[in-house]
Amino acid sequence: MGSITLKNVSKVFGSHAVIPSIDLDIHHGEFVVFVGPSGCGKSTLLRLIAGLEDVSDGEIVIDGKNATELPPAKRGLSMVFQSYALYPHMSVRSNIAFPLKMAGEDKAVIDKKVADAARVLNLTDYLDRKPRQLSGGQRQRVAIGRAIVRQPEAFLFDEPLSNLDAALRVNMRLEISQLHQQLKTTMIYVTHDQVEAMTMADKIVVLNRGRIEQVGSPLELYHKPDNLFVAGFIGSPKMNFISGAPAAAYQAHTIGIRPEHLTLSKDQGTWRGTVGVAEHLGSDTFLHVKADTIGTLTARVSGDFGVTHGDQVYLTPDVQRLHKFDEKGLAIR
Amino acid sequence: MATLHTRSAARLMIAPSVLLLLAWMIVPLAMTIYFSLLRYNLLMPGMEEFAGLSNYIYFVTDPAFFQAVFNTLAIVLGVLFITVIGGIALALLLDQPMFGQGIVRILVIAPFLIMPTVAALVWKNMFMNPVNGLFAWLAKLVGLQPFDFLANAPLFSIILIVAWQWLPFATLILLTALQSLDEEQKEAAQMDGAGAWSRFFYLVLPHLSRAITVVILIQTIFLLSVFAEILVTTNGGPGTQSTNLTFLVYAQALLQFDVGGASAGGIIAVILANIVAFFLMRMIGKTLEA
Repeated sequence: MGSITLKNVSKVFGSHAVIPSIDLDIHHGEFVVFVGPSGCGKSTLLRLIAGLEDVSDGEIVIDGKNATELPPAKRGLSMVFQSYALYPHMSVRSNIAFPLKMAGEDKAVIDKKVADAARVLNLTDYLDRKPRQLSGGQRQRVAIGRAIVRQPEAFLFDEPLSNLDAALRVNMRLEISQLHQQLKTTMIYVTHDQVEAMTMADKIVVLNRGRIEQVGSPLELYHKPDNLFVAGFIGSPKMNFISGAPAAAYQAHTIGIRPEHLTLSKDQGTWRGTVGVAEHLGSDTFLHVKADTIGTLTARVSGDFGVTHGDQVYLTPDVQRLHKFDEKGLAIR
Repeated sequence: MATLHTRSAARLMIAPSVLLLLAWMIVPLAMTIYFSLLRYNLLMPGMEEFAGLSNYIYFVTDPAFFQAVFNTLAIVLGVLFITVIGGIALALLLDQPMFGQGIVRILVIAPFLIMPTVAALVWKNMFMNPVNGLFAWLAKLVGLQPFDFLANAPLFSIILIVAWQWLPFATLILLTALQSLDEEQKEAAQMDGAGAWSRFFYLVLPHLSRAITVVILIQTIFLLSVFAEILVTTNGGPGTQSTNLTFLVYAQALLQFDVGGASAGGIIAVILANIVAFFLMRMIGKTLEA
């Protein structure tokens, strides 16, 4: 079954340690998302698991077997690339059939598996087209089809939605989640988009500069971030950080409060401020409030809270949902 | 999107260059056709007279003619065969990361920059010479009789020399094509379980098909008119064993001073080149459209 364990894995390019040392357990059937800013090593980590890069040190165990030295094809993983990496001169059918053909499967078996995959992914009508005749979303599905026909232990996705437009991205996000429900196979998904991470993952691995900042379910990360980085990275709009005297009042070096946990009032509250920019989304409004003593805070209010630029408002944090951090940026619990 | 006005202005603007190019092509062609219909020998100046098609009949019934046609095609096909296969192999090698890559690549291009006459003379005197040549020395080193390439296998020797000159061109075009192959596609094939050979056959070769087409088309144009290499090495001989059409026309015009016959040969060469081009475009032109 598709469990993957990384023990002490590190990757060094020249003298630069992209990944100093990582330990991670991925259980069978989990949807794990690696998330982090660009250059944090998340793609490198995925490529190490895939076998497209050699580890500098440590061990990768797939399914209980040490796979550190195995070539990519022997690890029982399939990968969906950011550019889809379809073979441009082959039809959709041959693209999906390629891994089976390489495995030396029977013609009849290949035809059946390709037809099955095409049915699952709604590609039956496009089997004889070339990739360049397909739209972005269809190409994406072909790439997924090529990955699922092998019935791998785990799927690896390398920022698969970043080349799609916003509307299609939401659709494909759903489709991939549904596919995970259907197949119940382990999936590892790399993205820099925390919304994708929050919506799809069973378990999120937040990476920063090659280190794991925190591992947990989306809600765990949202409610109990271990440190400033995770607190700032998860959640949209970003958490407000306040340091100095207002933080000291709560016995912390820095306090963090999410925009949705600030209460706004026109006549009374803890902090006074002036409305700068108001972003109206219809259901919600994000207010950028310049608070007198602490700087600019973002607050989320309901869409019909009527204030405009220059109005004076009072902000009150929900003390229960205040996050406190020490000098090192670690959470105080 | 152009308006009627800008379109006619554009036509007017390009008219001079079109006319110049047309004249550049039409005038020599018309003169060659005109000469080919005359009895025109440089040894008998002032005695030109209309000769009908006799020049053509004379040229085609020359026993050297069919040998020359065969040799022309043999040179084209032989050189294409060596350069395309050798070019792919060299491009694959040069694509591998190695120490001193930049310098090696420049060295590989070097033969293309050497003049055909110089290259042919170097091969003739320094490599293929049965007494002083490098190949003769190698043969003697292992106790074999030195082989006189230019006397015993003249056509093959010329194919070898010309192929050596054109190999860098093929390598260069194929190498750049190879470098444009998407890295993720190669990795995807690797994940899909394709070995090195399968990756080459299913991924690299189809990707190179367009570049190979370009190499074949461009080289064919130049290889149909190989001349300098023959002139300085075998002089078309022994007999007519290494005479191609270009060389036969040269011999007719400047060794036998028969301008009329040479012009007829020239026109025949043009027709043959068009036939080759026609088949070539039919065969491989399709890959360029995609």
